[in-house]
Amino acid sequence: MLQPSTRLRTLALGALAVSSALALTACGSDSNAGDPAGGGSQSTGKITCGGKGKLLASGSTAQKNAMDAWVKNYQAACKGTQINYKDIGSGGGIQEWLQGTTAFAGSDSALKPEERSRSKKVCKSGQGVDLPMVGGPIAVSYHLSGVEHLVLDAPTLAKVFDGKITKWNDPAIKKLNPKAKLPAKTIQAFHRSDESGTTENLGKYLSAAAGGAWKHPQGKSWPAKGGQSASGSAGIAQQVKQTDGAIGYFELSYAKANSLDTVAIDTGAKKPAQATTQNASRAIADAEVAGAGKDLALKLNYKTNSPGAYPLVLVTYEIACDKGNKPSTLKATKSFLNYAASKGGQSTLAELGYAPLPDGIAAKVRKTVPTLS
Amino acid sequence: MDTSPNSAPTGVRGKAVRAGDRIFRGLSRGSGLALLLIMAAIAAFLGYRAYLAVSRDSVDFLTSFEWNPQGHPPAFGIGVLAFGTAVSSVIAMLIAVPVSVGIALFITHYAPRRLAGPLAYLIDLLAAVPSVIYGLWGALFLVPYLDGLTRWLDHYLGWTVVFDMSEPGSPARSLFTAGILLAVMILPIITNVSREVFRQVPKSHEEAALALGATRWEVIRTAVLPFGRSGIVSASMLGLGRALGETMAVATVLSPGFAFSWRLLDPGSGTFAQNIAAKFNEADDFGRDALIASGLVLFAITLLVNGAARLIIARRKEYSGAAA
Amino acid sequence: MSRTDTTAPAQRSSRGGTADAGERPVGAAHRRGATDVRLAKRRLPRWSSPLVAAGSAALGCGAGAAAGWHNPVQWALLSALLFVAATYVLTAAVEGRRQAGDRVAASLVWVCFLAAVVPLVSLAWTTVRNGSGLISGYFLTHSMGGITNIQPGGGIYHALLGTLEQVGLATALAAPVGLLTGVYLVEYGGGRFAAAVTFFVDVMTGVPSIVAGLFVLSFWNLGLGFGPSGFAGSMALALLMMPVVVRSTEEMLKLVPHELREASLALGVPKWRTIARVVLPTAAGGITTGVMLAVARITGETAPVMLLVFGNPLINPDPFAGAQESLPLYVWNQYKLGNDASVDRAWAGALTLIAFVMLLNLLARAVARWKSPRGTGR
Repeated sequence: MLQPSTRLRTLALGALAVSSALALTACGSDSNAGDPAGGGSQSTGKITCGGKGKLLASGSTAQKNAMDAWVKNYQAACKGTQINYKDIGSGGGIQEWLQGTTAFAGSDSALKPEERSRSKKVCKSGQGVDLPMVGGPIAVSYHLSGVEHLVLDAPTLAKVFDGKITKWNDPAIKKLNPKAKLPAKTIQAFHRSDESGTTENLGKYLSAAAGGAWKHPQGKSWPAKGGQSASGSAGIAQQVKQTDGAIGYFELSYAKANSLDTVAIDTGAKKPAQATTQNASRAIADAEVAGAGKDLALKLNYKTNSPGAYPLVLVTYEIACDKGNKPSTLKATKSFLNYAASKGGQSTLAELGYAPLPDGIAAKVRKTVPTLS
Repeated sequence: MDTSPNSAPTGVRGKAVRAGDRIFRGLSRGSGLALLLIMAAIAAFLGYRAYLAVSRDSVDFLTSFEWNPQGHPPAFGIGVLAFGTAVSSVIAMLIAVPVSVGIALFITHYAPRRLAGPLAYLIDLLAAVPSVIYGLWGALFLVPYLDGLTRWLDHYLGWTVVFDMSEPGSPARSLFTAGILLAVMILPIITNVSREVFRQVPKSHEEAALALGATRWEVIRTAVLPFGRSGIVSASMLGLGRALGETMAVATVLSPGFAFSWRLLDPGSGTFAQNIAAKFNEADDFGRDALIASGLVLFAITLLVNGAARLIIARRKEYSGAAA
Repeated sequence: MSRTDTTAPAQRSSRGGTADAGERPVGAAHRRGATDVRLAKRRLPRWSSPLVAAGSAALGCGAGAAAGWHNPVQWALLSALLFVAATYVLTAAVEGRRQAGDRVAASLVWVCFLAAVVPLVSLAWTTVRNGSGLISGYFLTHSMGGITNIQPGGGIYHALLGTLEQVGLATALAAPVGLLTGVYLVEYGGGRFAAAVTFFVDVMTGVPSIVAGLFVLSFWNLGLGFGPSGFAGSMALALLMMPVVVRSTEEMLKLVPHELREASLALGVPKWRTIARVVLPTAAGGITTGVMLAVARITGETAPVMLLVFGNPLINPDPFAGAQESLPLYVWNQYKLGNDASVDRAWAGALTLIAFVMLLNLLARAVARWKSPRGTGR
């Protein structure tokens, strides 16, 4: 039995614990504006806020860096709205959206027919639509000491990722890079282990442009055998950075963030195309809307050989319901997507390594977003 | 065991006493019931969902080597996962058990007295380090560090298929590395339990051996190890249970892949827990049910291991008799 | 236990034999050249061991360098092998085979110890070294609001708060149920119901953490449609914690001597009051320790939380509604992002997590020592 003095002591300790816990809940801050190391936001253009609340979204890792910048600017301007984007891959994003967990999904691959029919359950009176929001070059990055500029073309890329070309000093690579000192190292090819829209775009490009060297079915899962995998664009970037002789594919912003060398693609034009945002914009400029109604899924021209166009590109769609969005998050979703599609939002993309939408498509998106309900 | 009477004593205060007793007994019984119901509900729910998935599987669930529940028709099997889990756990045990027993012997018999106490304390604390931190260390420190070792193994021991690398120079994100990381993780646990067991060896046994002129190692060999054998086994089972269910550490060092290969140094494989962590995001309802099915297999294996450990402890209690 | 002296008087060593201490070799077994029987055997001098160590280290490193090996680990391994071999040969020559075996065993045990200490110390050292650079008051009181993941900056306040709330809720759920179940099993147990409860508690101990998370995901988040929340995470953590609390409560209650209970009952105290006022306070120290150790364990659980709470870069003080962050999840996510700034944050978060878990452990042990029944008054 506790003596009175020890009882008092225990009570005092307990009170101390509870009060310090309460104090803890009050002393944190969301604002990093004063952070000397980073922080601070640059709000570009006017942002019309609408709808307070918390918004969950998830999906493509390729657009994660663009999303981060948009969310930062949007939240700086609209203090009552919180946007929480989780990068789990395009496949994961679509699944979470179809389960009703998120307000919209980010995906580099448009909705498939069966996904569209499943979306009728979560969009009670409508179905899912793809709204393109950001484009970007898929950088093929490599880590090879002593080789700073590498040129590859579609058939060679296909063979590398298919495991048919296994050494860096293979004759096919030597032919495209006569001046480079290619070592006899084994090529460590990395691909995505999760369901990725980036993988799907790479597959589409190789199927279209590799002249038969890539015969695998298209889809978000990596179809070929061999090679090694990593999860997420960041995962592949990390592995390429750490492994000598590695090659992998991810959106350009990851190559920039990790200071990795990227491959220039020989499309048959006079000079090989580097992976830059302007070159990607040139390639995306040819895109046509292939979706019906409010769905703005795009068909990209992977076979382009116009000078300076980098053909290995992706476009990320934000997938929401055309009718039947969750009422609690509808206003915030529309306001945020409006900002992303606006001139201000699109102008933040280029410095990050993304390609803004071509004007015609951006205009269509800006007209469609307000009609979501 | 407990010999306290189960019936409520009739006190001088009569009814009030019985009510208090009834309430308290009801509360504690209710908690037991709640726990039972929760566990039964979990088992029923998971079992049902697993059944839904496995019944529609188009290939043999237990032996196939692919994971495609979203395919037409759905095809998924745990062959690779079972292999990966078993191999990484076996490697972990092969490394961890002898070393842990060595450390436990060191702490109880060889270390200077003043060192032994803090050392035991330190290893106790290390047993509490969360697995995600082991994962960080494994991915950022161990994997690059093991490059040299894997190349050496491939070069000198490549004639054994196990240590042959298909592509020498590939990063060490293989089952071998996962096994080593798991070994480091379960070392503190096995050491702690073994140390407790060795401390409980009756002094009379050790002193008898000493009196007969045994060297220190012979004392350990004849008095300590036989006494502690079942304790060591149960400690190993505890460690094995932890290694089987380990998710995050394996997820950081293992390159995800569904290829089955005896070449343990090749990157790419999967374990049950790592597969669930990797695939749950992109799984629809059916895919999640398939993951639940694989989780239940893992659960069953862990239960078997725990049950075996408990049997061993129970048998030892009957035999030991030396209540020092 | 004192060091075993390898010299046992009145023991003869015989060359090439492992004579048992009790056996008296009759006749032969003189060491070659020895003309008398000595009571004390020859022993290697005390400084021989360090000398052999130094010699083999020098030889090992020299041979390694000569063979063109550059890795100090290889030199160390070679030196260790040479040390063991040299010890055996030397001891066998001077003291005898059994003593040689004993010394080799001692060396092996030392090697085991060093081999195991190296990775564990490396882990602790790496964490401290990489994480301490970023830890500051700012880091601990700010969230990741407004910081893109490639930028340095930001903090872990939202993750700390999330973990504290989730773990607190889990303890509030699991500790009472676990405690009362333990009380039931020890004080009222013995029937078929108690056997069933014990069985199910055993089953529950074996649930892998990710399966517990998968259950709550399928049942609560998606099946019942509640969506991600900190509370869902706490439920999975409570599932993992309950059996541990039951077991440790059982152990502690069994340690309470029967005499205490019987004395209380003999004085006319009703059973429930006996338990509540005599048994539980006696075991309180051990039970608290058990609960705190269980809390320390679930604080570091990433897998179930990863499935259930969605994660959040901003502070969410409400664990019942909306996505929340958790410290181990934060460490995992920052590590996955891979760039320098986020990996730094991951290490700092890892250091905070280890510090928190260690603190809980130390507190638990302190409580155990403070409240341990010192002298049960027999």
